Amino acid sequence: MTPAAILRAGFRDQNPGLVQLLGLCPLLAVSTSLGSGLGLGLATLAVLIASNGLISLVGRSLPAEIRIAVFVLLIAALVTAVELALAAWLPGLHAALGIFLPLIVTNCLVLARAEAFASRQPVGNALLDGFAMGGGFLVVLVALGSVREVLGRGSLGGDLHALLGTGGPTSGLHLFGEQHGFLLALLPPGAFILLGLGLAWRQARQAAAS
Amino acid sequence: MAGNPEPPARRTVRAAIVLAATAIAAFGLVAVVHEATRDRIAATARARELARFDQVLGGLLHDNDLLADTLTLRDPELLGTTAAVTAYRARLHGQPVAVVLESVASDGYSGTIRLLIAVARDGTILGVRTVSHHETPGLGDFIDASKSDWMQRFTGKSLGNPAAARWRVRKDNGDFDQYTGATITSRAVVGTVGRTLEFFARHRDELLGDELPAAPATIQP
Repeated sequence: MTPAAILRAGFRDQNPGLVQLLGLCPLLAVSTSLGSGLGLGLATLAVLIASNGLISLVGRSLPAEIRIAVFVLLIAALVTAVELALAAWLPGLHAALGIFLPLIVTNCLVLARAEAFASRQPVGNALLDGFAMGGGFLVVLVALGSVREVLGRGSLGGDLHALLGTGGPTSGLHLFGEQHGFLLALLPPGAFILLGLGLAWRQARQAAAS
Repeated sequence: MAGNPEPPARRTVRAAIVLAATAIAAFGLVAVVHEATRDRIAATARARELARFDQVLGGLLHDNDLLADTLTLRDPELLGTTAAVTAYRARLHGQPVAVVLESVASDGYSGTIRLLIAVARDGTILGVRTVSHHETPGLGDFIDASKSDWMQRFTGKSLGNPAAARWRVRKDNGDFDQYTGATITSRAVVGTVGRTLEFFARHRDELLGDELPAAPATIQP
């Protein structure tokens, strides 16, 4: 596969959030604001690149019976390492992501890329695929988080200061008061509806292109 | 995958060895990262706790390390949890000036609400903060100090002000305004703060330590 094809697959044609619909649980649960979407997106991206690279190195020599077990072990170790690193250096982000950080282990996106792509491809391709898929996931998380934050809270990037650990009571844009926000956008059903609109938008674009 | 078939027993042993080696490598990675981050994580957690104490104490002067001056208490009826609860003592020149208590409201709308409540030695509330909660975003999260200043209403209150029976939301004939649309959350928090004050009154001597000076403390909340 050419690098361009890998990038196209991750960001567009096989986008994890809008096409493969992988990792929906964290996608819907955490995308309540631009800041938390960005945080989880970056953490998933880091894990995905590292796990793809590692698994590409060991994957082909593994006996078939224990492939998945080895993948899960490696992914779990990487996620734990990322979680500890975040707790140490970005405690605000660590607190904001909460349980969804360790749950990256169970994000089927990571295991799916390990099994379907990284274990059969050279390291360079596997790393690029991790970047493309993780990046595609990140874009959807940030987009959904931004829309939900604007509709639900009337702000954009309002919790970025907490994630970055910088002082100051507030950050980002404030468009209208939080009490006028559209609460549904912040709740899980709102996340489903908005993601559905995103899927419809993609389908429409595809239909128009063909 | 292998071109030349190997005997099943050897294949199993090989798989077991690879799996064990992976487990050891994964364990090694986590151990190294844990070792490298342990001190920083502990320092961060400590700094966060101390910042929280400063918020509930409302700037009350103290010169001891609250995290090192603790009492462990158990009172399921008044503190809302069967687990042991830690009380942190703030002292000035060795004398206890306030106690910070962890309380749990288990009758909220969704899950438990953990509160940190600072009580001065005369029984006045210095400040109340929510440590964690799962209330509905946009409705019940007014108890979060970053969302609303509703929790400030407890500051300066005590068991006599208002009277114990008035430690309820207005809807239940109490003295505290419930937050519109979130009566259950308001009721849970008001009730828990009131019960924590009762707890303080009941255990005052233990909480404030043995060396009680006779002079009444003058505290500006």
